[in-house]
Amino acid sequence: MIGLSHYLTVAAILFTIGVLGIFLNRRNVILMLMAIELILLAVNINLVAFSAYLGDLTGQVLAMFVLTVAAAEAAIGLAILVIFFRRRGSIAVDDATRMRG
Amino acid sequence: MIASIAFYLFATLTIAPAVAVIFARNPVHSVLWLILAFFNAAGLMLLLGAEFIAMLVVIVYVGAVAVLFLFVVMMLDIDFASLRSGFTKNLPFGIIIALVLLAEIIIAVSAWRAGPALSGQQVAATTQPNIVALGQLLYSRYLFPFEIAGLILLVAMVGAIVLTHRSRRDTRPQKIWKQVARRPDEAIKVTNPGVGEGMKL
Repeated sequence: MIGLSHYLTVAAILFTIGVLGIFLNRRNVILMLMAIELILLAVNINLVAFSAYLGDLTGQVLAMFVLTVAAAEAAIGLAILVIFFRRRGSIAVDDATRMRG
Repeated sequence: MIASIAFYLFATLTIAPAVAVIFARNPVHSVLWLILAFFNAAGLMLLLGAEFIAMLVVIVYVGAVAVLFLFVVMMLDIDFASLRSGFTKNLPFGIIIALVLLAEIIIAVSAWRAGPALSGQQVAATTQPNIVALGQLLYSRYLFPFEIAGLILLVAMVGAIVLTHRSRRDTRPQKIWKQVARRPDEAIKVTNPGVGEGMKL
């Protein structure tokens, strides 16, 4: 029988993979953004699982808001990435030192 | 039985592509693995009975976000090989951190389960479909947050356009004011040339 803890474990593993992705690809901003999407997906699975097992739809409403914010974040992040690449010709995080002063 | 098989199938096919996302050498492959992970996460949500969120995940993540990623990866001419330089150096420490984090989360989850808060039994399904119930909730109790979510999307759209827009000098666009200000008497000339004389331009 599949219980709530099964879903929570899947979400925990997905979250950990996202954090590991940020950790490993420290210079590649695109992969970092993808890892953030994985983390938000894990959060969404958690919210939906709790919503289903508590019989409360609020979790699914919140999951929809998380989805909204994830889409907005991806759009803005990639726009910033594009203009950064236009200026510097690279997307390595180490090069983003212009705001040092 | 069939629900268990479906759960393990979707769970495996969510986690394995997620691992492939962060370990793939080619970022285009990463995006494609990400799409597979999103589809199977939507399957997990379907198993939980959240049809609307599952379809929303497919539409928003696969239809918009993943395509945006794919577009940016293909549009920018990036040397991805040089960006992987610190990968093997960070690998052992990163895996240690990840295992510690995973252990923490699982301990937290099992500690929560030990509490008396929930027995884990499912509430009986309502007669309404999921999307009807969700819509009634969204347009009544959560109307204001819903509007704010729309506003966030609008601001993100305007922000992305403003950030990436650049005015180019080398294009030759249509000059509408010039076309509108043009009058017939300066544009055409009606003459009546005589026979054998021709026209003087």
